[in-house]
Amino acid sequence: MKICVLVKQVPDAAVEKRMDPNTKRLDRSGETNLNPFDTHAIEAAMQIREGGKVDVDEIVAVTMGPESAFRALHKAVSLGADRSVHLTDESLAGSDVSATGYALAKVLESESPDLVLLGQQSDDGECYTIGAVVADYLKMPSLTQVIEMDAEEGKLRCRRQAEYGYDTVEIDVPAVISVGDAINEPRYPSLKAIMGAKKKPLDTKSASDVGIEADKVGEQGSRTAVLGINPPPEKEPGEIIEDEDTGETVEKVVSWLEERKLLA
Amino acid sequence: MSILTYALHHQGDFNKNSLGAVSAAGKLAGEIGGEAAAVVVGEGDDLSDELCASLGKYGASKVYRAKAPEGLAQPVVDVMAKVIQDEGYKYALFGGGLLGFEVGAGLTARLGAGVTMEVTAVKAQDGKLIAERPILQDSAIVDVDYVGEPGIIIGRLNAFDPAESGGGDAEVVDVDVQLEDHSTKARMIQRGESGEEEVNIEEAEILVAGGRGLGKAEGFELCEELAGALGGAVAATRAVVDAGWYPYAAQIGQTGKTVAPKLYLAAGISGAIQHKVGMQNSENIVAINKDPNAPIFEFSDLGIVGDLNKILPKLTEAVKAKKG
Amino acid sequence: MTTTPVDYPPPVDPAREFVGPPVDPEEERIEVGVVIVGGGPAGLACAIRLAQLLEEDPRLAESLGEVPVALVEKGKGPGSHLLSGAMMKPSAMRRLFPGLPESEWPTYGTVPKDAVYLLPNGKRAIPLKPTPPPFRNHGNHVTSVAQLGRWLGERAEEAGVYILGETAAVKLLIEDGKIVGVRSGDKGRGRDGEELSNFEPGSDLMARATVLAEGTQGHLTGAAIRHFALGSEDPQQWELGVKEVWEVPKPLDRVIHTMAWPLRYSPKFREFGGSFIYPMGEDKVSMGLVVGLDYRDARLSVHDALQELKTHPLVAKIIEGGKRIAWGAKTIPSGGYWARPDLWAPGMVIAGDGAGMVNVPTLKGIHYAMHAGIFAAEAIFEALKKADTSDLRAYAEKVRDSEIEKDTYRSRNMRQVFSRGFFLGGAIANLMEISGGRFPGGRWATHDDATVDVFIGEERNYPKPDGKTSFDKLSSVFLSGNATRDDAPNHIRLQEKVPLELALMWRNMCPAQVYEVPEEELEAAKEDGDLDPKREIDLSITPSNCVQCGAITAKGGRLTPPEGGDGPNYQAT
Repeated sequence: MKICVLVKQVPDAAVEKRMDPNTKRLDRSGETNLNPFDTHAIEAAMQIREGGKVDVDEIVAVTMGPESAFRALHKAVSLGADRSVHLTDESLAGSDVSATGYALAKVLESESPDLVLLGQQSDDGECYTIGAVVADYLKMPSLTQVIEMDAEEGKLRCRRQAEYGYDTVEIDVPAVISVGDAINEPRYPSLKAIMGAKKKPLDTKSASDVGIEADKVGEQGSRTAVLGINPPPEKEPGEIIEDEDTGETVEKVVSWLEERKLLA
Repeated sequence: MSILTYALHHQGDFNKNSLGAVSAAGKLAGEIGGEAAAVVVGEGDDLSDELCASLGKYGASKVYRAKAPEGLAQPVVDVMAKVIQDEGYKYALFGGGLLGFEVGAGLTARLGAGVTMEVTAVKAQDGKLIAERPILQDSAIVDVDYVGEPGIIIGRLNAFDPAESGGGDAEVVDVDVQLEDHSTKARMIQRGESGEEEVNIEEAEILVAGGRGLGKAEGFELCEELAGALGGAVAATRAVVDAGWYPYAAQIGQTGKTVAPKLYLAAGISGAIQHKVGMQNSENIVAINKDPNAPIFEFSDLGIVGDLNKILPKLTEAVKAKKG
Repeated sequence: MTTTPVDYPPPVDPAREFVGPPVDPEEERIEVGVVIVGGGPAGLACAIRLAQLLEEDPRLAESLGEVPVALVEKGKGPGSHLLSGAMMKPSAMRRLFPGLPESEWPTYGTVPKDAVYLLPNGKRAIPLKPTPPPFRNHGNHVTSVAQLGRWLGERAEEAGVYILGETAAVKLLIEDGKIVGVRSGDKGRGRDGEELSNFEPGSDLMARATVLAEGTQGHLTGAAIRHFALGSEDPQQWELGVKEVWEVPKPLDRVIHTMAWPLRYSPKFREFGGSFIYPMGEDKVSMGLVVGLDYRDARLSVHDALQELKTHPLVAKIIEGGKRIAWGAKTIPSGGYWARPDLWAPGMVIAGDGAGMVNVPTLKGIHYAMHAGIFAAEAIFEALKKADTSDLRAYAEKVRDSEIEKDTYRSRNMRQVFSRGFFLGGAIANLMEISGGRFPGGRWATHDDATVDVFIGEERNYPKPDGKTSFDKLSSVFLSGNATRDDAPNHIRLQEKVPLELALMWRNMCPAQVYEVPEEELEAAKEDGDLDPKREIDLSITPSNCVQCGAITAKGGRLTPPEGGDGPNYQAT
């Protein structure tokens, strides 16, 4: 089985982020990290390999991003990936969700994986969707929010949390699985692995290398337009009650709750 | 036809976020001079004409019903793609929730459409829909427009409230859809099991959270009683989890869980930012604290300055009485 | 009977615990040419200079193996744990990057004007003209050392240095009396030190030469000083600096230093220090308060005193309409010349703040650190060529013949005189400065901050945090980018049962609210409304708040490196 893990370099969650007033997009020039959710995906791949039920020939880390995204790949390799692929091209900058999924699907096609794993969300705004988008372009079955996964020959048995509780779903490979952070506890890389990461093969690919059509991606290919950025609506200042007669106070609270239909 | 929505159902009941999406679609469709419809997908008899038609109450004029596996997203994508292409819908609107996210995402790819996620509000402007989504920890809101059709709107969890519009029964239309090959590769083995943990903090609509002001671990009994009366769950701050008063699974904050329930009642919590970032999107925030200077009062909707040991039990009683 | 922190020593024996033979079997050990501990100005300058020298000598470079130069940094990356004022003298940057025009440096350029004010109270400001010599900053660059660290880190990587972030060096490896490398810290331990499911032990990193550039309160530096008896007779002293960076609508056109208020300068309180306010370009301002840790009143909180400073009209005017965008805290070694340890031992050298190479009266240290790093690289390069890195005295000699020695010698007694109080101290300091350090001469001993006795003074008038101009500690810790996991083991060695006056001192001293006196304990300590200062208190500790400033080490505890990657992630400090 060949596993490709999609990873993403994102701004550090603990560092305050700012909007770039010129591009009206997130200022990504600051501190970055490998998306923490993707470390769970890499760990999941490693556990399939170490589990022994299925033969894993290769774990390949794949990313789409600017030049600096190679750091996310080094981190992924230090966590266990055998090699990495970096899709980077100026024409891809400003791609919207659909275009990003399309571009990732094209680079994944060139690798022909049996299983694609990724973290279900990232701290920079994209939630629960990129896996499903990539899967549709690849015409593979997909599941999101998977928190338990057992691999067998030809299929996976997954547990995922949806609207009505936990679903158990069997899914044939090749498939795209987005994992939640509850699925495992990612390992820490050893110092040796961190230092060795630079030496593992890293292939850089351009958009044309993988057959991406220029008009489907990038700023001009975007199907949404940001009209403006505004401060959030002024929250009305809250009411304060000084408790003197607790009986009275409690009555006021109950009517307040009732007004807002919170006692249904 | 303007707006198509997806109504998820389970054992004869429609999901609340789906009803919210249908309600929102109904209202918005009126504002842009069109109509709203819903798609339901399932295999069982519980998808009766009556059940489907009831979506009209929430603003759907038509309901497309398809027979395909339940609880999985990709078959729904096939159905909705066909309906949108055949009938020319301009927007697809989804309520928050995993299937909403997955279906909306798959549809985005299928139709090469523009999509906005985590949407908290939608407004009609010059015959178009503009989606609003918060960014940067809710410190700013972005207005997003669509290029071409259709435009896909995926709401944040609980962003849209179900509201009956007073409409009559919707027209129920059965559609026949040839599923894509890959949409048949997943099989539901067991649907909708509740987990080992009794309650999922992140999904609870009402949370009663306790902090250091409770004074001691036993103080959580007061929170549990009130939560029981309100029909909610109990949450905790980092400080009390550190002190061993409550388990880590209930911790809210920067290093715990992030929640956005309809009601967050904070008892004995000062409101330090490490906690605030985990619950600031709660719809209604009520705080009880004996310190009038506690930062939590700066962002609570209702603040009570007083002794929680007196207030919580009395409040529990009053809530029980009111609910009857 | 007075309470002094030194009577409550932390449960730790640095020489025994942190110096020892390699642990891993030989095949598992990682071999590098030179290992540098610390990604600050000293460490990075050393790394870059070494890379420059090795480029000229490819054969030597090859002989060092796959990894000729490795730098370990306990923060997320170089810069994450760096904090300073700062006004940097340009000499070291010019030396390290001779071809690079100053306009391309990652700094905010020079500032033509400077001003010094004596603040007698919270309303008035008396300008001191002309600007006293230590405060003149003509030609110096306003610098964010966090940004400088990031930039230097990138240059180092470009030059082939292996930068290992999120890696703490916890132990010095020694064989036959020679330092042969360092051991990296474990990861994945729980609150009580137990191994969690993803536990990863550290590794032995073997090197022919080790450079300790750990900055203030260097962990291995402290262990090395004890093990090899490198310490001077005069103990090191420290200042605690807390700073903020503000975005401001009106550009500031001068470098400002203030003295006195809100600090109490009488000998009873001995609060030596002052503030700095530096323009960072047109739209930002860096400001901070620096206070000697030999103060006595348990009520002093440097963080809150900084908030108080911002209410002074002089400062309020500068930040009006602005927004706070950064916060941080760090200690500065201030013992100067007399307190500097010996700078080398077999196989090892110490450079930068870790060796106390700071000139506190002029608030300069970055360029000294970089010069020292460059000297270390040059001395080690020569030693490597001779294939003998046991004797590194050439490094100490270079430092001795440099401006590091000259400048710190000149101010050698200046800081100590302030223990006599501000005015007397100020007068003497002026004499020293004017006389180039010759008068009154002699050797004014430094003293260990922890030997200063503590008392509980009156409550201070710190402003209530309003979230706009004044801020509480927790939201400040949040702004520093600290998101350390809650179940991290406690990295602070401390006696946890101490008298109330010491507990309160720690609580107020710590800018990150790590130490707290539980409400019940405070209530119980009251007799007739007065606090009993000697009552034994059980401290409550939240180590994950820690921003690793080092203040606790100066006042009776000991900071050890937490898991690599923990702590703040400074961007603009």
